[in-house]
Amino acid sequence: MTDLERRLASPATPAMDPARVSAELARRADAEGLLDVAWATLDTPLGPIAVFVTPRGVVRVAYERENFGAVADEVAERVSPRVLMARQRTDAVRAQLDAYFTKGRRAFDVPIDWTLVRGFNQGVLRATAAIPYGEVASYGDVAAVAGSPRAARAAGNALAGNPIPIVVPCHRVIHADGGLGGYTGGLDRKRFLLRLEGTQLA
Amino acid sequence: MSLPPFQRLVDDHATELHRFLVGCVGPELAEDCLQDTLIAALRAYPRLRHADNLRAWLYTIAHRKATDTVRLRARRPRTIQLDGIGPSVEPRTAAAEIPDDGLWTAVRELPAKQREAVVHRYVLDLDYRQIAERMGTSSEAARQNVSAGLRRLRIEVDR
Repeated sequence: MTDLERRLASPATPAMDPARVSAELARRADAEGLLDVAWATLDTPLGPIAVFVTPRGVVRVAYERENFGAVADEVAERVSPRVLMARQRTDAVRAQLDAYFTKGRRAFDVPIDWTLVRGFNQGVLRATAAIPYGEVASYGDVAAVAGSPRAARAAGNALAGNPIPIVVPCHRVIHADGGLGGYTGGLDRKRFLLRLEGTQLA
Repeated sequence: MSLPPFQRLVDDHATELHRFLVGCVGPELAEDCLQDTLIAALRAYPRLRHADNLRAWLYTIAHRKATDTVRLRARRPRTIQLDGIGPSVEPRTAAAEIPDDGLWTAVRELPAKQREAVVHRYVLDLDYRQIAERMGTSSEAARQNVSAGLRRLRIEVDR
């Protein structure tokens, strides 16, 4: 290697802070209407949670066991690949989740983007979103509100695939006989959320 | 076809892209140029038809932004005198004229393809096959661009 080549291989590179670059990119993307999906994480008593927010509203909430990278892939494919880590736009839902876990909030009033749920499944989840804090409904109940009283099993599938847990409180749906049913985040989490809300369990 | 979330491209490539741009436009303008590159990439991203070589695609955009930046600076006066209407104002680009014994100025004045090839070869330590892949040329063309650039730099720096 010649002296010239050695000098070319060692330019005086100023420090670049990747977090600052990402934050500035998100700010500009938002200003230019290119921030299709903003996402950020927050710590909760149930471990880290990721929230994904479009200009229309919260489109996805995920527990860490789902693997945030895999969830970001899913959102990129099914919503838009313009997905960036950004605090702005996720602030409201993160603040409301914080307040929910400290019993400072009983209902979420952030808009929901239903892009990831269609048809009957969306009907079931909309019915679920209307179950008040501290109360429960059965799979048959939410199926009935969605227009198919005999589709309790299908309602169970819709709830298992709820892309927006906690905000759409699928933990408030249990079996008619009082059994807990299932939960994407695991039954321990379902039990935790119901106890947090003061629900009496059988 | 599915594209990865754009944030992953930023996480995987921003640091190296920045180094590439420092070589192409200098340390003072590199970060602005990086932002311009990323926002242009983000704008075009959903229209990409395949995710085969996202890295090469990013470097194509970065090189275009670097070329724009170098051209723009060449055209601009180095200082603006505003006598009589307040303190003299230095344009932002003036800060980029840091002393670097002429080598990096000479790099910036290379023809675009030679500059890109030289920066890839030495600043990023790529071999000719990798440079060819990123620039969309043959390995032989990459080698020729590097050696032509090097020849010219030797003349400029020894002058």
